[in-house]
Amino acid sequence: MILARRADAAMDLPMTQAALPKPRQSLRQQEARDAFLMLLPGLLIIFVITLIPVLYTFILSFTDTPLSNPRPQNFTGLQNYLAFLKQPLFWQTIWRTFYFTVVSVGIELVLGLAIATLLHSRPPGWKFLRTSLIIPWAVPTIVNGALWRWIYNADYGALNGLLLSLGIITKYQPWLTQPDLAMNLVIVADVWHSMPFIVLILSAALATIPTDLEEAAQVDGATAWQRFWLIRMPLLKPAILVALVIRTVEAFRVFDIIYVITQGGPAFRTVTISYLTYLESFSYGKLGSGSALSFLISIFTLAMALVYIRLLYRPEGRQ
Amino acid sequence: MKTTRKIFGLSIKMFLMLVILIFIYAPLSWLFLSSISTRAELLATPPRWIPEHPTLQNYRDILVPGTAVSEVARTFKNTLLNSFIVASTTTVICLLVGSLAAYALARLRMRYRNHIFLGILSVRMIPEISLVIPLYIAAAFLGWRDRPIILIVTYLSFALPFAIWMLTTFFETVPIELEDAALIDGSSRLGTLFRVVLPVASPGLVSTALFTFLLAWDEFFFALLFTSTIQAKTVPVAIAEFTGRYAVDITAMMTGGILAALPPVILALIFQRYIVSGLSAGAVKG
Repeated sequence: MILARRADAAMDLPMTQAALPKPRQSLRQQEARDAFLMLLPGLLIIFVITLIPVLYTFILSFTDTPLSNPRPQNFTGLQNYLAFLKQPLFWQTIWRTFYFTVVSVGIELVLGLAIATLLHSRPPGWKFLRTSLIIPWAVPTIVNGALWRWIYNADYGALNGLLLSLGIITKYQPWLTQPDLAMNLVIVADVWHSMPFIVLILSAALATIPTDLEEAAQVDGATAWQRFWLIRMPLLKPAILVALVIRTVEAFRVFDIIYVITQGGPAFRTVTISYLTYLESFSYGKLGSGSALSFLISIFTLAMALVYIRLLYRPEGRQ
Repeated sequence: MKTTRKIFGLSIKMFLMLVILIFIYAPLSWLFLSSISTRAELLATPPRWIPEHPTLQNYRDILVPGTAVSEVARTFKNTLLNSFIVASTTTVICLLVGSLAAYALARLRMRYRNHIFLGILSVRMIPEISLVIPLYIAAAFLGWRDRPIILIVTYLSFALPFAIWMLTTFFETVPIELEDAALIDGSSRLGTLFRVVLPVASPGLVSTALFTFLLAWDEFFFALLFTSTIQAKTVPVAIAEFTGRYAVDITAMMTGGILAALPPVILALIFQRYIVSGLSAGAVKG
């Protein structure tokens, strides 16, 4: 009660100040001061919990600091970075992470575009389909992982049961222990969870495209194919790029779903760069090289962020 | 000729929709059916898709724990509560602090405004993994390991930049005339923000709250590293623990999965409209 009254009083205090006639220049100064004060809590929080840690990680990456005594120590220069560049395991992990990113985001984009186009033609039941798509998106990532792990289960899983009853396999298969298959199975789970997000973004974007353009083109004799590629695609491009960048950044640092479905196995075949960082830092307790890896991830993400900002940020649209 | 083509096209569309719906619902049904099966039925080969003796025992085991239940299942309720506490506190802080910052960014003239905005956008891109080691050290130093506060604080690292950015885009759509009128009437900035801008932008607030809550509810990595007991453990960590190294408690895991998925799914379905508008505003769960 007292607190509420105080908050009210604080709110009303500047009111009297604003009511006073003041020269223009000082109004401007006051505006800048207000802006600073309003930004302060947010910027302070961001500074303390993200910028300082990022710098700290950067410093750690030049050391040989163990998890058991995590103060930066034993400076080794570029040793951690150079050691990784020489390791085949590192390059295999990078390649695997790119494979996961490109394949899952690629499938999600193609499927997402197709489904958004389908929804946009408003077939009977489209609203039900759109609502249904929200469910896999809202299911927590870990639950999604646990669910697919159970589906792929070697002894009792639904995939085995289904394929056996259809006569496609003659006996149950241990899907997740097959080195060439495991990553692709993780990708299927990821597509189920993330593809709806792309559909929803592209549907929202499609809804803003004026229909008269395509109708005019149709009158002029353009085929459906031409209308799609020459009118709809260019107009959809910004939304596609945004969805692409967000999903790429997300997929590149995939961790949760791999932790639950395969734990990086079989024989490291699903270890991605984030997972390797986790192992390096918290299983092997090598904070130095873990930091070096996480810094490499940050660099890549930052590069994607620059693309992202270019796409999203249009200064001419603001005051 | 034209009508047959139309019917042909429509049936193709309906067929495609059916395939997509099966792809969506088949795993979900399996999740649900597993949660109402007895373990014996679930482990039949080939699987019995529809359990002969559907049971709510798995839910009872988790919600009203008896003695014969595993530790993870017994404590699952606590983790649900922890998730609620962490996700809602994070959301409230993000809305409060985020509204202030977003209002300044959307409306007030200041130097370096663009730099600040771009800075916030790029902070949103910093992966959790490059923050986790220093935060881990800080948590140990402050004695915050295994307490909800460490999750709330660390979740702000991704949720706050996200909320500021999303709220800024929403505030920019509020007609400036409304505020001018309020300011001329002698209202202060904070007064204008709370009495004029926030009410008008309330759909944006709902969207932002929803996305922030879902982000926090979904988070796994920090929770995995920072929590270990029922004091602070969240639902995703509990679900992951069901897949213990030796025995996987499938029925409990699937039942826990349903319980963990229900809050975000229900929220998302109720506020569907706000999700679509949030996504149109260029704001996105990331």
